[in-house]
Amino acid sequence: METVIKQKIKQIKKGDHAAFEDVVTFYQNKVYQICFRMIGNKHEAEDLAQEAFIRAYTNIDRFDEKRKFSTWLYRIATNLTIDRIRKKKPDYFLDAEVKGTEGLNMYSQLAADQALPEEEVESLELQTYIHKEILALPPKYRSVIVLRFLDELSLQEIADVLEIPVGTVKTRIHRGREALRKRLRHV
Amino acid sequence: MDCKKEALALMHKYLDDELTQKEERKLRGHLQACGQCQKHFHELKRTISLVQSSSQVSAPPDFTKKVMERLPKEKKRTNYSRWFRHHPFLTAAAVFFILMFGGVFSAWNDDQQVSVSKQDNLVIQNQVVIVPENVTVEGDLVVRNGDLRIEGLVNGDVTVINGEILEKENQDNPLDGDKYMAYVSGDVNEVNQVFEWMWYQVKKTVTNIFTLEEE
Repeated sequence: METVIKQKIKQIKKGDHAAFEDVVTFYQNKVYQICFRMIGNKHEAEDLAQEAFIRAYTNIDRFDEKRKFSTWLYRIATNLTIDRIRKKKPDYFLDAEVKGTEGLNMYSQLAADQALPEEEVESLELQTYIHKEILALPPKYRSVIVLRFLDELSLQEIADVLEIPVGTVKTRIHRGREALRKRLRHV
Repeated sequence: MDCKKEALALMHKYLDDELTQKEERKLRGHLQACGQCQKHFHELKRTISLVQSSSQVSAPPDFTKKVMERLPKEKKRTNYSRWFRHHPFLTAAAVFFILMFGGVFSAWNDDQQVSVSKQDNLVIQNQVVIVPENVTVEGDLVVRNGDLRIEGLVNGDVTVINGEILEKENQDNPLDGDKYMAYVSGDVNEVNQVFEWMWYQVKKTVTNIFTLEEE
């Protein structure tokens, strides 16, 4: 896949819109997931993910082809999201509740099409709960947890995305894991 | 084993997939002996599987389309720079022409003041250079941004740039009369337009080159 992406990047650098469209289609879920899990609501997540792709397109000349494209793209997405979280910090705790509800809304929209069996509703509630607990983590732990357990990046890749040493990544994962354990052990 | 420090560190190392076989044996031995740590370890593993079980979210269905719509129209600048990069020779040629024309135009616009080649006995009055009667100018005469009236004699070529040669009152057109040739013993050039000026420059350069060769 990496070689296909490399080929696409070359075409994008020559101004090929169609090649970029393929790249967006390929990475959209990953990027959206990072934004959604970190910011917490789907409206802002969509906006941030779109912005991340647009930044990647306009700065494509700055991308070093020897590096991994996904790492670069995820870095843009996480940086944008962390910036957004910082800006809205004052009302962060106020709308934490709203964020959770939004997550619930998303799942209940799914449910609108067909009635879900009892156990699935239960698991949806659980998922909303987990989503909320991840969001309750401080952003620096949240980003490593999302990248590690939802996007399944290696420790080295996370270090590259966040531009921090691997040792720091490990420490944050350990603390994030302990924090989540305390919140989720009663589930 | 110290539960708080050593065992906990081993647990996290295990969860990071970084445990050596020796460490793994050590951890396993401790977990079998210590109920507290076993519980803690179990909770950690469960936490991770809970987080991982939360379903993968997908981008909205029209996500790609929306991104493509928001994409900035290719800027003219990037178009140009790309073109330049792909056509280095034409770019060099274009730059050369821009500099050349720029040089010519700035030389043309440089000063709008009357200037005249260095010769004695010339009179300048209201943008008009006069070769007075009874005066013979030796050498080529060049007048810029002004008119020229010849009442005396010029022993060489006459060039008037951005101006014209004025007739003396009640005199025939000096340019096509035999009489005129009496005043100027050489070629007469009048240059009024930028392009003529350029042509004049080119001609001058070429003439200089050939003159040098002849020498």
